[in-house]
Amino acid sequence: MTNMYPENFRYTKEHEWVRVEGDTGTVGITFHAQKELGDIVYVDLPKVGTMVEQGKPLGAVESVKAASDLYSPVSGEVVEVNETLATAPEKLNADPHGEAWLVKIRMTAPGETTHLLSAAEYQVYVEAE
Amino acid sequence: MTQPATALRTTSLNAIHRRMGAKMVDFGGWDMPVQYSGVLEEHRAVRQCVGLFDVSHMGEIEIRGPEALNLVNWVTTNDATKLEAGQAQYSALLYRHGGFVDDILAHKIAGDHFFLCVNAANQDSDYQHIAANNPFDARVENAGDRYAQLAVQGPRALETLQKLTAVDLAPIRYYHFVDGAVSGAKARIARTGYTGEDGFEVYFPPAEAVRLWEEILAAGAEFGIKPCGLGARNTLRLEAGLALYGHEIDASITPWEAQLGWIVKPGKGDFLGREALRQQKDRGVARKLMGFEMTGRGIGRDGCEVYVDGAPAGWVTSGGPSPTLNKNIGFCYLPAHFARTGLAQTGRAIHIMVRGVPVPAITIPTPFFSRRKARST
Repeated sequence: MTNMYPENFRYTKEHEWVRVEGDTGTVGITFHAQKELGDIVYVDLPKVGTMVEQGKPLGAVESVKAASDLYSPVSGEVVEVNETLATAPEKLNADPHGEAWLVKIRMTAPGETTHLLSAAEYQVYVEAE
Repeated sequence: MTQPATALRTTSLNAIHRRMGAKMVDFGGWDMPVQYSGVLEEHRAVRQCVGLFDVSHMGEIEIRGPEALNLVNWVTTNDATKLEAGQAQYSALLYRHGGFVDDILAHKIAGDHFFLCVNAANQDSDYQHIAANNPFDARVENAGDRYAQLAVQGPRALETLQKLTAVDLAPIRYYHFVDGAVSGAKARIARTGYTGEDGFEVYFPPAEAVRLWEEILAAGAEFGIKPCGLGARNTLRLEAGLALYGHEIDASITPWEAQLGWIVKPGKGDFLGREALRQQKDRGVARKLMGFEMTGRGIGRDGCEVYVDGAPAGWVTSGGPSPTLNKNIGFCYLPAHFARTGLAQTGRAIHIMVRGVPVPAITIPTPFFSRRKARST
């Protein structure tokens, strides 16, 4: 089976991903995360300008059943928030690796991403869970 | 795929749930399906057509003997003398101190035979409680292992089940039941449910469970029947304003507090908990269960603190999105003076702490959803 997790993302064990372009990291949740949560009905994200730290709370994603905390995969300043998720949180179920990204972060410590999992490592981690 | 831990109890349909791809969870010590296709889709199926739930984890307790009625009336709050054979009533088992042992459905099969449907996680403690408080000529049997139970719920439930039984279902009134057969299996067919919809709860021998599950799904296929899990069962019962043990009610909560005074009949004679309830009523009930609706962005969930006028005043017992009403609703306990004049006091502004942030909400009347109100216009 081919890996459904994009090779150019890095992953956390809390099921977030980050895609790095220059000093900006685009952050989302993984296919596995949305599947475990079920129907997503609400996304709680920080405001633009908020400083976040790797491994620290970033917000929350809520399904019908439960709320699940988000943890930032990188440190830096939130420079953009995906506003479409406020009115269409179900997009997180439909396209978690693409259209339904959560926030963009201007990274203050780009070297941090080396602590994160590769696509292959994340796939193994998810299958073992 | 992971197998259930040996400690978890399973229903006769466990292998079917797994084969059909249900997501399984530990529910009060039972390995149960929380969802099949998705909570929202299953919820809508029950509101719009029909859903099928495996609720075989629920317990059954049978009480037989010449003084069966006396025992039932002693251990429950509602008046079982009012039941005719073939009728069921919502009731409660209370401790002597007035807190809930459980909420139950009491069915009268005959003058000397009652059938109680009780919560899965409580069935052993319910049985012990009843057996330990039985000074009557009545036998108590913990009969959960002898019954599987399926709930067929929704506006097309009757048409679905009717295909499989010679029992004429339409004349069975709400909270009544008939003993007959479904697909040739001996079955108790009760017009009861936990969804706020019309429907039936069917009790039958566990050996027939797989066959009945498959035949009911086939019978309902033309109506769009969906197998449903406990996730949808929870959102449906919440909309319908129905209590869940461990959330709205438990050993520390009395029926007055839970707004379940309508199932307490102090005039029927003495029963376990009556004196404590009388004393609490004389003292005044300090807290009451109230419905709320979020007005700010955020979802109040079970356990969230509730603030009134900037001070902590209570807690959320159950909360989450209502798929039918498209808003975030829940139950919370608040000081009783907010509820004193009933509906007139609704619309009170409160705040619910969500991840450390107070989010605005207002109290509203329950049930949140009523099919009669929703479909009368």
